[in-house]
Amino acid sequence: MDVNTKKIIKNAWRVTKERGVTCLRIRVPGGHLEVKYLDLLKEIAEKYGNGTVHLTTRQGFEIPGIQMNKIDEINQMLAPVIQGLEMELGVPVTDETAGYPAAGTRNVAACIGNRVCPFANFDTTKLAGKVEALIYPNDFHVKIAISGCPNDCIKGHLHDIGVMGMVEPVYNQQRCIGCQACVKNCRQVSTGALSFVNYKVRRDPLRCTGCGECVLKCPAAAWTRGKQSYRLVIMGRTGKKNPRLARPFLEWADETVVLQVIKNMYAYIDRHIDRSLPKEHVGYIVDRTGYPVFREEALAGVTLNPEARVAAWMDWSGYRYERTSNMV
Amino acid sequence: MGFALTTEQFDAFLAGLARDYDIYAPKRLAGKGAFSGTDLIAYAPVQSLAEIVFDRKTFYSPKEILLPISQTLFYFTEEAYREPQQQQRPVIIFLRPCDVHAVKRLDQIYLHNGDQADPYYRERREKVKFFVMECTEGFDSCFCVSMGTNRTGEYAVFLRLEADRVLCDARPEFTPALAAYGREAPFTPAFIEQNKISVKTPEKIAPAVYGHPLWSEYDSRCIACGRCNVCCPTCTCFTMQDIFYEDNPRCGERRRVWAGCMIDGFTDLAGGHSFRNKYGERMRFKALHKVYDFKKRFGDHMCVGCGRCDDVCPEYISFSRIINRLAEVSDDE
Ligand code: SF4
Ligand code: SF4
Ligand code: SF4
Ligand code: SF4
Ligand code: SF4
Repeated sequence: MDVNTKKIIKNAWRVTKERGVTCLRIRVPGGHLEVKYLDLLKEIAEKYGNGTVHLTTRQGFEIPGIQMNKIDEINQMLAPVIQGLEMELGVPVTDETAGYPAAGTRNVAACIGNRVCPFANFDTTKLAGKVEALIYPNDFHVKIAISGCPNDCIKGHLHDIGVMGMVEPVYNQQRCIGCQACVKNCRQVSTGALSFVNYKVRRDPLRCTGCGECVLKCPAAAWTRGKQSYRLVIMGRTGKKNPRLARPFLEWADETVVLQVIKNMYAYIDRHIDRSLPKEHVGYIVDRTGYPVFREEALAGVTLNPEARVAAWMDWSGYRYERTSNMV
Repeated sequence: MGFALTTEQFDAFLAGLARDYDIYAPKRLAGKGAFSGTDLIAYAPVQSLAEIVFDRKTFYSPKEILLPISQTLFYFTEEAYREPQQQQRPVIIFLRPCDVHAVKRLDQIYLHNGDQADPYYRERREKVKFFVMECTEGFDSCFCVSMGTNRTGEYAVFLRLEADRVLCDARPEFTPALAAYGREAPFTPAFIEQNKISVKTPEKIAPAVYGHPLWSEYDSRCIACGRCNVCCPTCTCFTMQDIFYEDNPRCGERRRVWAGCMIDGFTDLAGGHSFRNKYGERMRFKALHKVYDFKKRFGDHMCVGCGRCDDVCPEYISFSRIINRLAEVSDDE
């Protein structure tokens, strides 16, 4: 049996532990799809696979138990999924009957966002679609996730880029009844950015995370929603070497800035990746070049909105497995 | 007297009124809902018919126009105090029949409760004219018919919105203005005669109702957020705040600010005591005030059945259901 494994992997097919058997990975940008696509996935799983699907952490499907010699046939069948879930977002695909054009850049995941969640500051699935259109197809191994608020339910903190919705709370002291619901709640669930002075509420803008909780808690609409923007956390990862939580890179940045920075990150990877390795994750590239180089290149040509703030330095968290000296 | 005005004529009529009045009506405040991507329907100044929302109930009531949420009563220094100058222009409020009745409840408390009328309220109240919006369909949570607040004759102008025109019934004060912009047309106001929800209010409250298990359900269901108080057109409670300016604590101001019986701190006394710590007890207090005590004292129920408290409760607590349960247990006892 002759199979070009590099080629099928780029085509979103896996080399599995079982010889001659593969597994198909379906992308669902933003993790939300019309159920009509499930019929096709079911048909593939029943006819070619073992009748099951696996739900991935990245909000895709894996359809296991498929014979490798069926790849071309199934790629043909996939055309409606690639059309509906990729091309309609603006993803450039030259031949929708040839399966997925790349697999390095992973599905852009998103929490359920403001289509359902009351805490969400924006439509996460919609932004995921825009990001997908911007960066896919691409072979660089990059993981991006988008959350509606700093609760970060999609766990962008474990991604190369985590986007979180922020909103500027706007206070109208004339409407405030001084119940302190916002003050207590901010202290309890967020950052304690609010204080009660002379029976009115004061917000420390440097402490505020823009979560929007105060707006949700206020019974009198004394807090309302101002400008919606984003926090970008970068270079979170799991992996076998040095797992770490992402760190904030931008705050109060608007959508244009976020999209430009993501685009620039790919140019940065292209410039600095170690091509002698089979693959190198962007986080390890930043470890090599240092944060200042990343920052400069990520922000090249970007006009920051006036409210946006950029991390002056990076204090990476995380640990190295080989130095877990507390293991006795 | 009846008039018919096209949309354009009505806008011209409004523009004319705007010279003498501040005009408030239900308006869609884009993006101002608590949840992202939602609008708030609330009272705000309007200039044209298109801005006025007829097909939704406001989240907050028109009460805030007559009774500011936060109002400075006077400024003080060490030896003197002074009231702020009232520069209130006459006001037109577009509102529904139940809300007209609600203003009468405010009048009861602020004008006719004891021998002193509240001068701050009176100052504003005297300058208000009601433009009543016809309400014949109502909304899911309304129970005005049960509360007898579905009809009103207290208006300066009564309006019905039709596809491309507005029909008005006007009191003499506004007939010249309407005649100037529109044409005479027979029009008799209609009122809603049946709501989707009906309530039965308790006739008599037996003492056993106070300790009835019906209330304890709300100990855990209610979160004491106070939305039901803040949105209610008939909640009239306030608290006083003395503010000493940070720059110079020898002077300051006294403010009157809305308060609500469901909210923590409402019954706090010196020494840290507080009545009704349990939320079910607060609910009992509120319910009995709205549909029993007020009537005993003033002859009408305080609650006008606008249903806003049902609409805004984040915990889906229905006040109309509470009224019906209260009536049931009162009849049983
Ligand atoms: S991250 Fe925020 S918006 Fe998204 S599901 Fe969690 S709480 Fe909701
Ligand atoms: S947005 Fe969040 S962090 Fe900022 S003041 Fe409001 S509750 Fe606190
Ligand atoms: S929740 Fe609203 S009304 Fe209560 S203190 Fe905060 S801003 Fe004021
Ligand atoms: S709105 Fe609902 S939860 Fe809030 S205080 Fe009123 S009854 Fe309780
Ligand atoms: S208690 Fe509820 S239904 Fe009654 S007047 Fe107040 S908000 Fe309206």
